[in-house]
Amino acid sequence: MENILSILVFFPAIAGLLGFVVDKESARAYGITVAAIEFLLSVWLWFSFDTANAGMQFVELIPIIPDFGISYYLGVDGISLFIILMATLMTLIGMMSMSITENIKNMIITLLFLEMTMVGVFVSLDAIIFYLFWELSLVPMLYIIGAWGGPLRVYAAVKFFLYTFTGSLIMLVGMLFVAYVYHNLTGVWSFAITDWYALVLPVNYQLWLFAAFFVGFAIKVPMFPFHTWLPYAHGQAPTIGSVILAAVLLKMGTYGFVRFSLPMFPDASVMAIMPIAALSIVMIIYTAMVAYAQKDMKQVIAYSSVSHMGIIMLGIFAMNAEGISGSVFQMLSHGIVSGALFMLVGVIYDRRHTKLMSEFGGLASVMPKYAVIFGIMLMASVGLPLTIGFVGEFLVLLGFYHVSPVLTALAGTSIIIGAIYMLTLFKKSFFGPVTNEANKTLKDLSSKETWSLVPLVLIVVWLGVYPKPVLAPIDNSVKAMLAFMDAKAITQEAKDMIKVSKTTLNRGEVK
Amino acid sequence: MLQPINVSLESLNLITLAPMLIAVAGGLIILILDLINGKLHKSLYVMLTILVLVVDFGATLGLNVNERGFFDVMLIDGVSIVSQLLIIVASIIFTPLALTSKRFHEYSYPEFFALFLFMVAGFQFMVASDNLILIFVGLETASLALYTLIALHNRSNSYEAAVKYFTMGALAAGFFAMGSAVIYGLTGSIELYRVADVLAARMNETGLMIAVFGSAVLLLVAFAFKLSLFPFHTWAPDVYEGASAPLAGYMSVVPKVAAFVVSIRIFGMYIDLGVEWVRIVIIVLAVLTMTLANVMALVQEDVKRMLAYSSISHAGFIIAALALDTTEGTTAIFFYYALFMFTNLGAFTMLWISRHKVRRFDARYDHPYEKFAGMISIRPVGAVIMAIFMLSLAGVPPFSVFWGKIYVMQAAVNSGYVWLAVVMGLNSAIAAYYYLKLVVYMFLKEPVKDVDTVQYNSSKPLMAVVGFATLATVAAIFYVQPLVSYIYYMISASGY
Repeated sequence: MENILSILVFFPAIAGLLGFVVDKESARAYGITVAAIEFLLSVWLWFSFDTANAGMQFVELIPIIPDFGISYYLGVDGISLFIILMATLMTLIGMMSMSITENIKNMIITLLFLEMTMVGVFVSLDAIIFYLFWELSLVPMLYIIGAWGGPLRVYAAVKFFLYTFTGSLIMLVGMLFVAYVYHNLTGVWSFAITDWYALVLPVNYQLWLFAAFFVGFAIKVPMFPFHTWLPYAHGQAPTIGSVILAAVLLKMGTYGFVRFSLPMFPDASVMAIMPIAALSIVMIIYTAMVAYAQKDMKQVIAYSSVSHMGIIMLGIFAMNAEGISGSVFQMLSHGIVSGALFMLVGVIYDRRHTKLMSEFGGLASVMPKYAVIFGIMLMASVGLPLTIGFVGEFLVLLGFYHVSPVLTALAGTSIIIGAIYMLTLFKKSFFGPVTNEANKTLKDLSSKETWSLVPLVLIVVWLGVYPKPVLAPIDNSVKAMLAFMDAKAITQEAKDMIKVSKTTLNRGEVK
Repeated sequence: MLQPINVSLESLNLITLAPMLIAVAGGLIILILDLINGKLHKSLYVMLTILVLVVDFGATLGLNVNERGFFDVMLIDGVSIVSQLLIIVASIIFTPLALTSKRFHEYSYPEFFALFLFMVAGFQFMVASDNLILIFVGLETASLALYTLIALHNRSNSYEAAVKYFTMGALAAGFFAMGSAVIYGLTGSIELYRVADVLAARMNETGLMIAVFGSAVLLLVAFAFKLSLFPFHTWAPDVYEGASAPLAGYMSVVPKVAAFVVSIRIFGMYIDLGVEWVRIVIIVLAVLTMTLANVMALVQEDVKRMLAYSSISHAGFIIAALALDTTEGTTAIFFYYALFMFTNLGAFTMLWISRHKVRRFDARYDHPYEKFAGMISIRPVGAVIMAIFMLSLAGVPPFSVFWGKIYVMQAAVNSGYVWLAVVMGLNSAIAAYYYLKLVVYMFLKEPVKDVDTVQYNSSKPLMAVVGFATLATVAAIFYVQPLVSYIYYMISASGY
């Protein structure tokens, strides 16, 4: 099946359209089935993926608008493969655990369209197609937050939409400019990213374009100081919205840096290391502190999410294989762990309709299963060894140590502060005597919730103990990318900064 | 003794007049039919009008590029063919909107359709000539018909709209006449290609620049009125509000396309002559128009007024492409309008479908946002379609207007105006807010009143128009390529 990527993209969309016909009562089962098939398809993609090949695989190329140079161009490499898997998995699990009953059919259809856009973003190799899915992903999310969210939902939804939309329009101008430069040099219009990789741009062009793309991606990540939309979005979104937002949508931003900024503007990226590292450190420490000050469990996790995205950003700009591979891995681990944490908060919110830590206490004795799973995910979030969170975080810090030991030490405090606010949350909510009468009769996890969460726990432990099956293909593609960047860089500083590991150079073709 | 002037019929090249004559003849046939039998139903006239327009379309499509006719007054170049086709297609979409389920005053008069066809002929004359007098005649024929069509809606605020539009139109016509007079005084000609030759030869004369400046300013003011550019846009929202929704949608596309063609001919000439400040003034006007119209659209309480400001802002967007004066820029104008037309007419049709005889929600407005609150639970399909139109207008891919937007922005980037592209991008972001506001009302709020509010006026022809507009909006990605290559070919063939 050479066109498996098209199937992966359009299967949920077609299922979403057909979903209008499905009866309201059966919509949930329909959605879960479709998401499960989609997940199995993505697993199939993994098994048919050639892990030794670092380049793009399953490439599909159909010109749509030759006059603009826009084509339907899809492909997947080690970097995007696992993000796709994570996206389909989290959609499936999110749907399984969903507790919403009101307008369930609309929710299922929206989620299926959202899944299309998410997969689409990660498989597009044409900038305009990428942009298309990127923008389109805002619409279902707007609806999910706005229709099923908390009291301030409309404000949060519109803020989310406008923030991201503004940033991506700047990015669009950047894309148009790259296409223009490409046209000037070659006489052909093309928006294909792989064609753009071949462009060697002067440094001042690179800097401006880097800035344009940075605005689009940084708002999505969200980098400090563009992060203010995120706590609102998380605070107001329903559980499923937060899960998808944290697990997948934020990864679009960091993925964009890896896919666009680094290989296209290597010199500008190297120059941007220090500013971005500074922003990332601020983001890591400041939001971690803010997380500690929150009273609401969900806000704690939302801010911890921002803090962890800082680690990912830091790794990407380490400019060596450990850092970038670690970042990509951390994207996966953050997706799974923060998704699970949001689901866990959703579990208690469904029972008590509050997320304030002061309302709880001693939950461990009432809900033991819940407490165990929460504990594991919390440890993974903090980065305990032998959990998935440790691998990525360790690699990122290791990678960035080559750049700046001092900043790495500062970034390392995130583990300590993370442990402080997470353990405080756990202590306040789960330990001690049950003080609130309402908590005494709470039911432990239902089978639906257990079945959604246990697979995530297994993944957290499995990839924490043995990350190689996932890390090896990622590393392979990342190394190829670094070798390419090194060959392309024009300034000496960039060449010095970009660390190419010689061992894997002969393996696999560079784009 | 006067010598008799011999003119051979071949030299007149009457075929260049065929499209307009078809429209005029169609209008006359409708009037004659009404004389013979006064009780014919409006559906007959609607269908007749569409048929006449279809024939008109065929005649226009069959014209050869770059021909002159009728003592060189008519000019059939690529620009005029493309714009005539756009005008006719928009008119064909507009006409069936008369077939509402509720009765509206204006459509009970066959004269409405006759006037409508005369107006189309006027616009066709306007775009198919580079003779300033014929342009003026075409402009006035079309405008006078349009004022009457607005007033026929038979409401106090449609009279207000018609009079306002008439007054402003007359003022603009005055400016146009004075500008033309200055040009004539300068060059002794009213045909633009001769004007360009004479001006090019005299460009170095001292003191000439003041006269060129004068003519350009007068003409710029005239067309700024017609295109509703800042600061001459103030009539637009009131006129749109007073006119019926279909006519408002029509006004946001067809008269502007026609005015754009004339602007391309006139201001393109100035820019080609090297009068650089015309370009600068147009760009400044473009930036001001899109930004201020967007800001004003933010605070509107009525969807129709919001759409009026949004049309102004879109016009500002497109006039920027005119200032580039490249083949791509000129292509962008028509390409943008071709895509914008479907979405915008679709959105105005949705307003028309929800139109009541009496104002049920607000004493002042016909279409306040509250009217559409909770539409997703009343009319899910209608709400989704309206949302698609709004997202398309906001420039969300893959809907039609997005492709127009990137084409305009690409044209700006290609001419070295990256900052202009950035301004366009930021404006799209501002605009997203007010389009989104309607989406928020439709999807995220509770309905205010009961079921019949949003589909009161619905009928099969209206649904068909909306369906067609939706299809054209959603499936844009599949026809962008042939469309853009056709327009680009036509524009470059006529040398712009």
